[in-house]
Amino acid sequence: MNFTPVIGLEVHVELKTNSKMFCRCTADYFGKEPNSHTCPVCLGLPGALPVPNKLAIEWCIMIGIALDCKIPLFSKFDRKNYFYPDLPKGYQISQYDQPFCVDGSITLSNGKKIGITRVHMEEDTGKLMHSGDDSLIDFNRSGVPLVEIVTEPDFDNAKDVKEYLQKLQQIVRYLDVSNADMEKGNMRLEPNISLKKDGEMGLPNYKVEVKNINSFRFVEKAIDFEITRQKELLEERETPKQETRGWHEAKQKTVSQRSKEEAQDYRYFPEPDIPPLRFEESYISTLRSKMPELPDEKMNRFQKEFNLSLYDSELLIRDKESADYFEKTVEDGKKFDINPKQIANFIINKKPNLSEVLPAELIQQITASRQTSHIDESELDEIIKSVFENNQKAVEDFKNGKESVIMFLVGQVMRTSPVKLDAQMVKEKLKNALL
Amino acid sequence: MNLNQLTITEAKKGLKKKKFSSVDLTNACLEQIKKYDKHINAYISVTEEKSLKQAEKADQKLAQGDNSPLLGIPLSIKDNFSTRGVRTTASSKVLDEYIPPYNATVVSRLLDAGMVMLGKTNMDAWAHGSSTETSDFGTTKNPWNINHLPGGSSGGAAASVASYETIAAIGSETAGSIRQPASWCGVVGLKPTYGRVSRYGVIAMASSLDSPGPITRTVEDSALILEVLAGKDENDATTSEKTTATYSKNLNKDISGITIGISDDYFQGVDEEVKQAIMDTYKPFEKLGAKIKKIKLFDPKYAIAVYTILQRSEVSSNLARYDGIRYGHDRSFFGDEAKRRIMLGTYTLSSGYYDAYYKKAQQVRTLIIKDFEKSFGEVDIIIAPTSPTTALPVGASKDQSMFGELADMLVEPSSIAGLPGINVPAGFSKNRLPIGMQIIGPQFSEELILNIAHKYEQETPWHTTKLDINL
Repeated sequence: MNFTPVIGLEVHVELKTNSKMFCRCTADYFGKEPNSHTCPVCLGLPGALPVPNKLAIEWCIMIGIALDCKIPLFSKFDRKNYFYPDLPKGYQISQYDQPFCVDGSITLSNGKKIGITRVHMEEDTGKLMHSGDDSLIDFNRSGVPLVEIVTEPDFDNAKDVKEYLQKLQQIVRYLDVSNADMEKGNMRLEPNISLKKDGEMGLPNYKVEVKNINSFRFVEKAIDFEITRQKELLEERETPKQETRGWHEAKQKTVSQRSKEEAQDYRYFPEPDIPPLRFEESYISTLRSKMPELPDEKMNRFQKEFNLSLYDSELLIRDKESADYFEKTVEDGKKFDINPKQIANFIINKKPNLSEVLPAELIQQITASRQTSHIDESELDEIIKSVFENNQKAVEDFKNGKESVIMFLVGQVMRTSPVKLDAQMVKEKLKNALL
Repeated sequence: MNLNQLTITEAKKGLKKKKFSSVDLTNACLEQIKKYDKHINAYISVTEEKSLKQAEKADQKLAQGDNSPLLGIPLSIKDNFSTRGVRTTASSKVLDEYIPPYNATVVSRLLDAGMVMLGKTNMDAWAHGSSTETSDFGTTKNPWNINHLPGGSSGGAAASVASYETIAAIGSETAGSIRQPASWCGVVGLKPTYGRVSRYGVIAMASSLDSPGPITRTVEDSALILEVLAGKDENDATTSEKTTATYSKNLNKDISGITIGISDDYFQGVDEEVKQAIMDTYKPFEKLGAKIKKIKLFDPKYAIAVYTILQRSEVSSNLARYDGIRYGHDRSFFGDEAKRRIMLGTYTLSSGYYDAYYKKAQQVRTLIIKDFEKSFGEVDIIIAPTSPTTALPVGASKDQSMFGELADMLVEPSSIAGLPGINVPAGFSKNRLPIGMQIIGPQFSEELILNIAHKYEQETPWHTTKLDINL
């Protein structure tokens, strides 16, 4: 029997605002002395009240705009009630039925559109630390602004999920609203996976959520593992259990954490401590106008404006810093008659350390490398000819399909030449001569 | 002269003229507490040493000509206001040893205004109740008759004012917790518009209703305290940006031409004596040139249902933080009333029931708000009995899980509509227990209701009737 995976994704992104979501404590908690960034509000002391962070809300909406969401003019916060020692108020302030952003999408490189159900704002919890028989709680993270991005169950394979995550990470970094550093927990991923019999209508009657995944690679592995595991169960005519599983990297498998057969009742209700929010249309359009150029737009522009390949543009825009660097270098290169394509090649092939080499210096390097390759054509032909004569075995090997020997021949030519040559250029030349 | 019997206005005058010092005033209150509080039980904590230090400091400032509005005036604070370094229990054993590291905004504003804090007053545990009988620190007794209850939840606050154990008090009301004990204890209690006074640092009962306010001997004192408390607080997102007024300035404004609404719905099930006392107010009002007009308001029974659901729901969530992990004792220390409210509120918020209870209650709340809005198109203010009865005997709330709702049925509609209301003494019953009248106005009409309350008060003898504590 054939099955199609049905995969949806919840991603939590921690914003890098200066202060926390509902108090003035600094939100930069990583590596700080435990409980040094706390106050009555984020400790949930009696009587303390939340006051929402305006910038965090703005950034949440900007993420929504970047994901092509609708931004309703009315929104509110809600209380999500549950008990856990890292949750000081006994409820998390989140958004239930009227989030800041709804109904968006991301388009993958294969043209597939992934629906974004909602983007909402909430607060992070404290952190539990277990040592021996003791469990300790650090509330430095309590109340750090968290944006949750939920997709429709539109994925059917792990590769697409990975690309989606990379794109999402790129977008929030372009917006400069989160470091989106997986290792620091700035970005947390929770795929839910189930399998549908081919031809079956609707969604499967169960769902497995996988938590504790701290890299894109592990998401891929965890999803692939789940697909195989669930398929085996289904082929035995067993329905996989509705549950939360965790990715166990050492064992290379997911392990059951908590059965979710009974849905937890969070008793959501509107947060009475925060009045509902009503936005003006003009406020939203101001935010739209503040949006930076996003990765996809930049990639398209690079292709058109600089006549680059899709592949080159994609590499250059991967992070905003290198894209900006590239554009600056193109500007500087104009005076020296160096075209964007040459600069792109140089950056992509030579991988210079962009944080150390200034664009102007890069231009110098490119000019220098051009000068080294300056050799009389006939003189080069002579050298190649003599190299071929002295290395007939290698020439033979190449013609018999052993293409790797070409690098040996390149080395011979470079050594024979009186001037420094560009290896890439020599290689092309040799290839042409041998074919 | 008994200094502890003075009003704020009188005390301010005396301090200014150096007839006595703040230390004298504070000592007079502390002595009264020592003498009577073992019988009244208005206080949970008395901060004698701190109080006297604050009084000394106030005297120094007075000598320097400092004009702070409450400089050197002793006040009692209800025990659900966070006070830095002073135990704050909300009358629950859960917080038996809890000492807050910060001040409620109300407390810091009062301290900035120069108050001397005498101590923290008893209340119903978590403000759940209208009798102080749910307190884990014993019941407060009504100073007019210690076999009777003071009302609640701000029962300790009202009793501390009535028994002259303070010059004035700070209480808080969710629905009735200022006005009802003020009524039963024969003092003035003002519940401001929701959002007029900051809730920051006040141990939450029902967050969408809680309103801190003053309990005083006179309307003028009430206005003086409101001037200090009112206004936007950047720590409370629900406080209003609306400008405040100098509430004590226009108390004597002529009220002739004012239309006072009265609704028969607020007289059902009300004691005859109370009914009569409220009808007796028409005369002084008419003398002042006001017109009495019959209006039709929603039956208060709807407000009771709405209030019960909203309040229990919010309580169940607000009390979730008391897990004993970071401070306080664990949840086994909750009393029966808190447990009942947590269970009921958890139920009404549960999935499948939310729409039937919480959501429906919010919809009815909107109707009640509109009903008041409509009435305020016809009349300027509304008067009604504050409580259907005078102070009930000690023990009356036992096994009555709806005791509070019934005792507060006449104040609940205006509370859930977020309106301001004030209790003013309006007479005594045959057995010499105080009767209270409430004046309700539109949102942010504090200036108007204080004006009308003051004019009425000055026209009647009730506020000058001295209590002889008879033990």
